[in-house]
Amino acid sequence: MSRSSKSHDGPANPSRRGLLKAGIAGAGLVAGAGLARAAGGDPANLPPNVADWSRYLGPGVDAAPYGMPSEHEAQVVRRSVEWLTASRESSINFTPLHELDGIITPNGLCFERHHGGVAEMNPTDYRLMINGLVDKPLIFTLDDLKRFPRVNRLYFLECAANSGMEWRGAQLNGCQFTHGMVHCVMYTGVPLKYLLEEAGLKTNAKWIMPEGGDAAGMNRSVPIEKALDDCLVAFKMNGEALRPEQGYPARLVVPGWEGNMWVKWLRRIEVGDMPWHAREETSKYTDLLEGGKARRFTWVMDAKSVITSPSPQAPILHAKGATVLTGLAWSGNGRITRVDVTLDGGENWHEARIDGPSLPKALHRFYFEFDWDGSELLLQSRAHDETGYVQPTKDALRAVRGTNSIYHNNGIQTWYVKADGGVENVEIS
Amino acid sequence: MSRFLKVAALSVGAALALSQPLQAGSFGLGTPASPEEIAGWDIDVRPDGAGLPEGRGTVAEGEAIFTEQCAVCHGDFGEGAGRWPVLAGGQDTLTSEAPVKTIGSYWPYLSTVYDYIHRAMPYGNAQSLSADETYAVVAYLLYLNDIVDDEEFELSKENFSSVRLPNEGGFIDDGRPDTPLASEEPPCMSECKAEVKITKRARIIDVTPEEDGEVSGMAVD
Ligand code: HEC
Repeated sequence: MSRSSKSHDGPANPSRRGLLKAGIAGAGLVAGAGLARAAGGDPANLPPNVADWSRYLGPGVDAAPYGMPSEHEAQVVRRSVEWLTASRESSINFTPLHELDGIITPNGLCFERHHGGVAEMNPTDYRLMINGLVDKPLIFTLDDLKRFPRVNRLYFLECAANSGMEWRGAQLNGCQFTHGMVHCVMYTGVPLKYLLEEAGLKTNAKWIMPEGGDAAGMNRSVPIEKALDDCLVAFKMNGEALRPEQGYPARLVVPGWEGNMWVKWLRRIEVGDMPWHAREETSKYTDLLEGGKARRFTWVMDAKSVITSPSPQAPILHAKGATVLTGLAWSGNGRITRVDVTLDGGENWHEARIDGPSLPKALHRFYFEFDWDGSELLLQSRAHDETGYVQPTKDALRAVRGTNSIYHNNGIQTWYVKADGGVENVEIS
Repeated sequence: MSRFLKVAALSVGAALALSQPLQAGSFGLGTPASPEEIAGWDIDVRPDGAGLPEGRGTVAEGEAIFTEQCAVCHGDFGEGAGRWPVLAGGQDTLTSEAPVKTIGSYWPYLSTVYDYIHRAMPYGNAQSLSADETYAVVAYLLYLNDIVDDEEFELSKENFSSVRLPNEGGFIDDGRPDTPLASEEPPCMSECKAEVKITKRARIIDVTPEEDGEVSGMAVD
């Protein structure tokens, strides 16, 4: 019930209030025997009647100086999986991919992953130090950073452990949980190259070590070629300041590479001639293979896709007929060139329609419109990128890597759509 | 034109004449970092020993610190209390169904133990251990992992690089792409399989969070 209808829905009109309540309760019953439901709604708001919002003035400007989503979208939030981690300060939550469309993730919905909680930095005391194999070690303030030429780039950020719970089999019912450690925003920032060149790289500079100012002191090794290629030090996301949980006031952007390297609350960059083998690139973020050896420095996020609707949290709620299937695809190696979808578990595939900008190392949105006959479906999507890479099946990945590697699970996801429109996470032969 | 405007126009002209597009490496931004400033923040340690501070500590000293500041989460013997990380044991589990990755079973370099403990532990009070205390705790973790067996063993900047961890050789380069490219195996588009069967279902495990449901399942980091 909106605030305006509450204020005007006085004692003079008790029956309308009763109807509204009934309408809301009715909407909650969708998970019954069949998910298909009539359009529903409160007749008082439907033609030929005239709704309150068409009669009375609504809230004025500045009712919310920082605008928030409609109260009817309250379910569109990040969610976490309680049992995953021992502490909230070193934990994860997930982007509600099933509720979103297009390719931009709203700032407040970008998943969080912290190792020592959110560092509560103030911009006045923010400093970025560059030291090590440079001609002149420097310290930049935030204002200094904003005096370098800046660029705007749209990139996805995916945690290497996204889908990590699904290696052994289908486990979580919802693409928010299976694939929600990814987001995509427009960053504004300074090419890292400018900052490194300002300090002057020595000829033996081969690696950099970005380090966070959080209580985990997050540190990783990044080869100098990548640092000079497309890395940014970003201070804006989607036009506004970085959110505290995304590294305010400045973070590293490492396009196409695993999220852990995108050091938040960036306080220092050391330049060196060999990698550091930090905890986050030895104990963690290494991929243990079947034989007991582990791959290290597995930086790139390979091409991947997922159908976001229908999906377990976004069942089909309408009767048979016109149906929109949609999803996301991305590749750390460049652009997505094609996405195939199947409705019958991979017997036959169809090329999906990519809509919206197709940018390298950014999310791509795809659609496949079809006429649902009301029967059971087994949905999958398969991404192709511009390097000729094809998203593999989970079985193909397990065949080469086993089931212990945690990270870099970009296997094809299967959703089982039942006749009532409900959807379940499954694996198929 | 008023006198004021004339002056303004003149100074804009002068400024325009002086403005040049800037080149990389010549922005003149940032201030030099002093050795003291760098020393306070430059805390990283590398496998070759670069970055190690002066200092020393024994297994016995480390045990006292560990019991007081670490055991509440990691257990008296590094076995991990509840769901907090396990720090010792796990040897010969890397090929099993449930690998236990510890300093002794998995970590390749001792420098990582020093670097990480000093920068991030104890959890919630990072960078509080002195160099001597950190050497001592690292020595104790070597003891808990059966890499040293003498309680009198003293770890120091001098002997640090002589200690090697068992799994140093356990790492290989990234082998991807490790599945066929489109050019090697063009993806099938029609009549790709005869029959399809559901082999695994999330419902069976059912660990998806509902409202406040208490569930347990396979953890991931
Ligand atoms: C309040 C609980 C707590 C205390 C006390 C604590 N730790 Fe930890 N420790 C953690 C958590 C949580 C992590 C994992 C952090 C993360 O996810 O990044 C961790 C990680 C570690 C790791 C890395 C484990 C791995 O496998 O990667 C080491 C080593 C470690 N701690 C050592 C210590 C030492 C030494 C002390 C005492 C000086 C200590 N810890 C005190 C909670 C604690």
